[in-house]
Parts: sequence; C-alpha cells; structure tokens
Amino acid sequence: MSVDIPTVKKIASLARIAMTDQEAEALAPELNNILGWIEQLGEVDTANVEPMTAVIPNHLRLREDIVTDGNVRDRVLANAPQAEHGFFAVPKVIE
Amino acid sequence: MAELTDLGIAAIRDGVRDGEFSAREVAQAFIDRVAAAKALNAFLVETPDHALKAADAADAARASGDLKPMSGVPIGMKDLFCTEGVPTTAASGILAGFTPTYESTVSANLWAAGAGMLGKLNLDQFAMGSSNETSAFGNVISPWRRNDGGNAALAPGGSSGGSSSAISARLCPAATGTDTGGSIRQPAAFVGISGIKPTYGRCSRWGVVAFASSLDQAGAMAHDVTDCAIMLGAMAGFDPKDSTSLDLPVPDWAGSLSGSLKGKTVGIPKEYRVDGMPAEIEMLWEQGIAWLKDAGAEVVEVSLPHTRYALPAYYIIAPAEASSNLARYDGVRYGLRDLPDGAGLQDMYAATRAAGFGPEVKRRIMIGTYVLSAGFYDAYYNQAQKVRALIARDFEAAWERCDLLLTPTAPSAAFALGEKQADPLAMYLNDVFTVPASLAGLPAMSVPGGLDAQGLPLGLQIIGKPLDEQGVLDAGLAIEQRAGFSARPEQWW
Amino acid sequence: MTESTYRIQGATGEWEVVIGLEVHAQVTSQAKLFSGAATAFGAEPNTQVSLIDAAMPGMLPVPNKECIRQAVRTGMAIEAQINKWSRFDRKNYFYADLPQGYQISQLYHPLVGEGAIEVTLDEKDPDSPTKRIGIERIHVEQDAGKLMHDQHPTRSYVDLNRSGVALMEIVSRPDMRSPAEAGAYVKKLRSILRYVGSCDGNMEEGSMRADVNVSVRKPGEPFGTRTETKNVNSVRFVMAVVEIEARRQVDVIEDGGKVVQETRLYDPDRNETRSMRSKEDAHDYRYFPDPDLLPLELDDAFLEECRASLPELPDAKRKRYEGELGLTAYAAAVLTAEAETARWYEALLDACGDAGMAKAASNWLISDLFGALNRLGKDIDDSPVSPRQGAELLKLVADGTLSGSLAKQVFEIMLETGDDPAKIVEEKGLKQTSDTGAIEEVIAKVLADNADKVEQYKGGKEALFGFFVGQTMKAMAGKANPQVVNELLRKALS
Repeated sequence: MSVDIPTVKKIASLARIAMTDQEAEALAPELNNILGWIEQLGEVDTANVEPMTAVIPNHLRLREDIVTDGNVRDRVLANAPQAEHGFFAVPKVIE
Repeated sequence: MAELTDLGIAAIRDGVRDGEFSAREVAQAFIDRVAAAKALNAFLVETPDHALKAADAADAARASGDLKPMSGVPIGMKDLFCTEGVPTTAASGILAGFTPTYESTVSANLWAAGAGMLGKLNLDQFAMGSSNETSAFGNVISPWRRNDGGNAALAPGGSSGGSSSAISARLCPAATGTDTGGSIRQPAAFVGISGIKPTYGRCSRWGVVAFASSLDQAGAMAHDVTDCAIMLGAMAGFDPKDSTSLDLPVPDWAGSLSGSLKGKTVGIPKEYRVDGMPAEIEMLWEQGIAWLKDAGAEVVEVSLPHTRYALPAYYIIAPAEASSNLARYDGVRYGLRDLPDGAGLQDMYAATRAAGFGPEVKRRIMIGTYVLSAGFYDAYYNQAQKVRALIARDFEAAWERCDLLLTPTAPSAAFALGEKQADPLAMYLNDVFTVPASLAGLPAMSVPGGLDAQGLPLGLQIIGKPLDEQGVLDAGLAIEQRAGFSARPEQWW
Repeated sequence: MTESTYRIQGATGEWEVVIGLEVHAQVTSQAKLFSGAATAFGAEPNTQVSLIDAAMPGMLPVPNKECIRQAVRTGMAIEAQINKWSRFDRKNYFYADLPQGYQISQLYHPLVGEGAIEVTLDEKDPDSPTKRIGIERIHVEQDAGKLMHDQHPTRSYVDLNRSGVALMEIVSRPDMRSPAEAGAYVKKLRSILRYVGSCDGNMEEGSMRADVNVSVRKPGEPFGTRTETKNVNSVRFVMAVVEIEARRQVDVIEDGGKVVQETRLYDPDRNETRSMRSKEDAHDYRYFPDPDLLPLELDDAFLEECRASLPELPDAKRKRYEGELGLTAYAAAVLTAEAETARWYEALLDACGDAGMAKAASNWLISDLFGALNRLGKDIDDSPVSPRQGAELLKLVADGTLSGSLAKQVFEIMLETGDDPAKIVEEKGLKQTSDTGAIEEVIAKVLADNADKVEQYKGGKEALFGFFVGQTMKAMAGKANPQVVNELLRKALS
C-alpha cells in the first residue's frame, strides 16, 4: 500500500498538524518506507489469537464513589495560555 | 578519598550515615559539577535548591538517627516526570513554559525516600527516539569519545539520553529513566552504566508524560546493579491512581541481591543472532554466557520465534497510542498556543501542533493516526496486538525451559550524532533487542560488559519473568562482578 | 406489536419515518466516571474539575464503581444481557470541550448488550397499543465540557465542570415509526431510569438528552439515509425533530435531491434542524482500546448485588396495582408512570393501613391531590400535604367523620396551612353530625316550611326528594351525615 500526498495531508488534518505541501511531499516517502516495513506483520498467522489486552495479568480496580478531588481551579488554570473569568478562552467556535 | 561525585547511591548513603561527609557536601559537589557541564546539554533545568533542601533534611535525619533508603542522594530526574513547581517539557516545544501543579508518584516516592533533585534531564522529545537527537532543546552529547582521536560527538542513546550522559559524566550518581521500547537499557548500554526497567505496573505512570501507555514504564539508571536495586525499590510501589499499577508489595531487591546463579537456567534466544551483528557484540554475548556459567547458571538455547515481528508490532502500537496520548496538546489548557491572525479553533490546533511538535513526534503521530484511521484498525492495530500476544506466548514458552534470558542490549555501540538521523527506519532498528521485553511487559536490564575496538561501552541485557526483578538484578550483579567494568570517559567538557 | 400508521404525505405518495434514538443519560453519582471531582449541577466554572478532567500531562483514569453499578442495574431493568467482560475504548477527535482529545467510551465491548422496553403510546388510554422497542446496547462514557459562546465577541469560553461526568449511552434499535412512539419511548426510558435511580432524568439540566436518528422510506422499502440530530433535550423536542426532519427529508428527496448522512442541530426557536458545521470532519474517530485501562471484569457477587437492589419496576407495579389493588388500568398507569407518584401512593396506602382503601386513595390522589398540585405548580415531592396527612383525611371520610364535600373543604385548608385534618376539623367545627335527634328537628322544620312541596311530593313528584335533602344539608351547614339525612327524610315523608 502506498500513501500518496493527499492521504498524507488528510492524515495530518485528522491529527491536527498543519502541513505545507512541501512537508507532505517530504513525509510521504518516509511514511511509505515505515508502513511498508510494518506490513510484514500481515504474514503472521493470527487466526484464533486474541489481541493482547493486558501485558501482565491484572484486573481493573474500581474506586468508591466519593468526591476526593476538584475545587482546584487555580491549579487547573495555572498554565492556561488564556484564561478569563475562570474559563479557558479559545477563538470563537461556531457550532 | 575519591571525589564525592565519583560515588554511587550506596556509597553516598553509607558515607552520610557514617559521618564521612555531609549530604550537603555531596549535593554541593554534584551541583557544581552539573553547572560546569553545560557542553553535554544533559540538564534542561537545574534545581540546586531542591537538592540542597533534601541534603539538609538528610543531615538532620542523620543527627536524629532517622535516615531513609536514599537520604542525601541527589539524583537527576528525566524531564518526562511532572515535578511540582519545576518546569516539565518532555523536551518538547509544545510544553514550553508548562509548570506542573502536581508531582508524579515516582518522583514523590523518591523524595519520600530522602532523595533530592539536581535538575530535569534532557531526553528525546516525548521519549520518542534512540539517540536524544529529537529534543526541542538540542542534542545531548555523550561524554564518551571514540579512541580514534576524532572528536565526533556521540549519541548518549535515547530516549533517556540526558540520564545516561549525566550519570556517565558523574553529574549525578543516578537518575530516573523511562522505557517504552528500550529507552533505559539502550542509553545505559551506550554509556557503560546499568539501567533496569521493571515489570510493567511496578512503577506508577501517574504524573509521567505519556508516550505509549501500554509500554511506558519508569526505571532506575545508575553506575551499578546495587544502586539500581536501591533506587528501583524507592521508585516502585502500588499506586491506586494508576489503573495498571500492580497491587503487590515491593520486595527488598537490594537487600536480597546475590551474584550466585546456582540452580538458575539462562536461555539464549537464537533469534537474537541477527544478520550483520558486529563480531564484537557476538563476542561479548559469548563472554556473558561464560560469566553466567561461572556464576553457577546452566545455559540453554531457546527459541522466541516471533522476535522479528516485535519491532514492526511495536511501531504500530506505540505510535497508535502516542497519537491519542498526544492529542491533549492543543494549546487550550497549557503549553504552547499558536494562534495565527483570524484563526478559528481547529486552525489554532493545527498551527499549535505544527509549531510545538518536532519532526519525529509528528512522524509517529502520523503513523499512529494512519494505522487507527477508518478501515485500517484490523489490519494494523489489531493484528499488532495479536502478534504481541504471540510474542508474549514465546516468552511464556521460554520460561518453561529457563529463568532468565541473556542477549546483547543493542546491535551496535554508540553511533555519532547525525549518523542515523536521515533514515528513521535505521534508527528504529536500534531497538531490536529491547522491544520484545517491552511488548511483553517483562523486567529487563542492561549492564556494561566491556568496550569495543573504538573504546566504547557495550551492554548485555538480561530479561526476566514477570515480577522477577530479583532474578534480573542477581544476574546483572553476576556479570558486573565478572566483567569488572571500570572504564570511564575522559573529561573533555 | 401494533404497526404504526403514521405517514407523511408527500407529492409522490405516503412516506414512513424510521427512528432510532441514542439517549445520553447522566449516571447518578457523587463523583465523576474517572476522577474524584464532584458532579453537582450549577457550580462555578471549572471548580468541579480535577487535573485528570483537565487532561494534564501524565494524568490517568480510575473508574468509579458506582457508575458501573448503575449502568448494570439499568441494563437489568431493561432485561438486557450484562457483559461480564467489557472494555473502554478511546474515541478520538479534537474539540475544545474535550480536553483529552479523546472521549473514553465503549465501542467494541459495551457493558450492556441487547435488551428492550415496552412502550404504551398513550399511557392514559387502557386500550392504547403497546410496542416493544429494541435496545441494542448501553455503554458507559465520559461527558464533555461546555463551551460558552455569548460571553465574548471573539472568544468562546470553556468550562470543564461536566468534563468526565459519567453518561450511559442507551442505543435503541431503529424500531420507532412515529413522533408519538419516539416520545413514548423517551418517557418510558426516563421512567425506568428514575425508578432504578441510575439517572435523575432531568432533561432541562441536560441529565438526559437524545441524539435523534431519522430516515424516511416508502413503506416496505429498505431504510433510507439517516441524519442524526444531536443533544435534543425534551420529549416535546424529540417529537418535533422527528416530525420536521422527516418532512425535510421527504421534501429533499421529492425535489430530486439526496439526504446527506450528517449531524444536525435542532433550533427550538425556529423549530428547524440545521447541519452542524463543527462536526463535519469528525467521522473518523480512530477508536481503539484505552491502554490506560484494563478490561472491566465483573464477578457474580457484584451482579447479584445489582440485581438484588433493583426496585419493582413500572410495568410490574402497574400490573400489581390492577391485579392486587383492583385499580383501573388508567389509575394504575397514572400512579406508576413516575417513580415519585408510585412512592407517594404507596406511602399513602401504608399510612391508611387498610388495603381496602386502595381505590379511595387512588381516586383522591389522582383527582384531588394532582388537581391541587397542578393549580399550585408543584411536584408531588413538594406537596404541602404529606402522605400521612392524606391518609388521615381519607380515614375521616371512611369513618363517617367527614362527608365528601367537607373533606374537600378540609383539604383546601390543609393545602393552605399544612395542618393535620383532625386539627382542622376540630378547630373549624367541620365534623359531620349523625345525631338523629338534631337532624330530625331540622327535617321537621324544613318540611313545615315547605308544606306545599310536601304535598306535591306525596302527590307523586318524587324528584323533590333531592330538594329536601339539599334544604336539610343547607340548614345544617353541610355537616349532616348525608346518609342519615336520607334515611330520616324518607321516614318523615312516608
């Protein structure tokens, strides 16, 4: 399978990484090289193999329903590029 | 007496305890040495106050007979661990200016054990790299040089390259590392120190900037096996804040260390004899086998038939997880924001992420996004997780026949900076021996075995059964005792 | 199962609408699904946010047991398959209300599998058809934060208080065929959730909202292309969306166009749906299992506790009210539609201490109490009269202390003052009298004053009997026992 430049740009858009045509052109052969190499996995017979879910046998613990956190707005907003009136501010979104 | 900065964890601990020197003297000696080693670019942030405060606490504790396992030991902290009030960047531009308001569990455990912090260590950006050339804040330089008289700057390995370089240059006696596909073991091998990645789940991932969640595991890097055991003991432990943390007691690894391997069987996986492996590495491996036999182990050949698929599986799973883990860096809540004139929200995301991520991080996000995108999930991600299950089965089958595995840590000694940068794939192949244990979550460590013809360190890797850090450390000690590795880089910086 | 006959009249003939609903119900819990921050509604912005909810680097999720438990109980209430092994997946997309850049949800292995609920199109009509609506799955997921658009001319504000609150997504089969069915489904689902206690069902506060999937087809043909109208937050709006979206689609097709599979938004002010630009390219969610979380495995003891803690559900309760208590189908339906009503009714009956009063209690609750609450604009939980007081009033009627009309007077005073009925009867002297001597005296006077009418009555004009009763009651200020008055009058006139 070969990844063409429009595909590279589509993936970049899905990943929200702005990319110039030049960058996409440079990246396409690199990705093809890596993806081509990755594709050898297809030759492994994995019929009847369950995908790995946990590397070390362990079970998911559940916590009790108790409020133990929150009320830390200053810490939540401390690193915000733009915070106003207790909110994070972003460019206006039109829904 | 040796220089204070030549001492390791155990020696500092004992010296402080016995009153040979004060913890403050030790901290100051390392602080000065760090300050004088800018050329290595190992530290991103220096935190002398943190180290001195811990040292003073250690000196006070000594007076009251209240010393802890790492009292008075100043360490380096890989800048992937969030540290409260101290900038944490994961060596990325996108986290520029980010100062966590919280402390990672592992670093908190270390401070609770009495350790202090000399500073935050450089690394490959978001721990993605094997040479420490992907940091947004410049390459870390290995203190080692080839004995060919040239001054080629060598890679300290990656991603924990700041850690390896700093320990090897004696800027700190020990440092934290994280290992996703070999990021503790390979850099340790490149600079002639020891490094251990424990069983997945031993060290909490809470507060560690995530690369690939199912693989990331913190570990210890130090001059020798004993120091690794002490430090890992302080780092590890159950953490209810990490759902994948193992709810098990932490054994006294350091206290139980033994270089005798009587009754142990060591497996030599035949698939690790890869084409084009340098003869020196082949020889070191044979030497390692002889050392382990000498320590009382029986040695058998074993087969891990899916080994060759480990790297491609890794390069699907790790980027896939990374592409999602790194989605939170969007310029809204912290870190860099690039807001071009008139840009909307989605444009802001794209501009911020384009400006804040380096080329290797972007490459991996792109691969990860691609393999998870519509229609490819089964062919790539699911298949990779199935292959991963087969790789884990290979190890399980091997454990029927042996207790430990011995392999080289890396297929070559340290390469020069820039040497492999042009070809991402060639760089990925550096992880060929370390990745399988990561995929299976197994404890593994690298210990120095000797030098190659160019005078550069080579490492041997020991892989253990799940939760058998003790077996790994014991075998590491057996090699350490027999290798007598004492080479150190000449100070040129 | 009854087939709906709801049809849209188009230029090319009749169209049928096909509806599937994805209901997002906020799980009732103190803390969020993966963090210990509180879930209460209406807090100051970003105060109920942990570092996990804000997706700070290195933060990790740990699931809340109660949220899992409530989803399991809900699954049991709709007789669904409970999956003892399930997993959380990440749904990846970028939006300012989604701090992680992904929502932790369940795609591949949901907690709850196939189930169904029975809906009655008109709960108040005993002959109304019922229909079984299939439920494909219930999964547990995180809610997103909230974007505020009108605080600033060029900026939107992000509040993460809701970020990470637990939701159940309840996905129906495309089994509904009319706005009424969709409305009945949402109402019934809401009723079940409130009985179970897994969601407060408060649609105004957003605790429950529906994504409405609508397509149209000619009857008998395969499904058409569907649109999904997001976040519809009332039963009325759900019905409106079905109606206008079906109409719109019919118009598009009949005008030679094609329905585009897309996400739409409902504008209640204009009563129209429109395409949501912001979600245009969000279709490739790159789901994969969340590597921060292990598979969720439930043991038998956990499931047993979930089952044991389930209350009697509305369908079972309705049947019991009809069968055991002898209520009419209408009364049983009204009393069981909401958990609060049934609870109030059962408390009332308990306080009466006599199952024989079930009907009287039901009548009084449905006509008198509901009427009063309606007038006062109050919910039954805020009723100024308690079940104990209601029972006392009913008992005063049953033992003859109060007549029906006196009881109504007493009830009005109870509503105003909150006093117990016995106290009111005592203070206002509203007790009815069965003192035959006193009544006979009044009757004698009434008959004497109306001698002409007595003549007419005796001459065969028997309808005048009611007049004598009325005059007697009036003379006794309504306090005479009507039964005694009747008896004595007959005797006096015979």
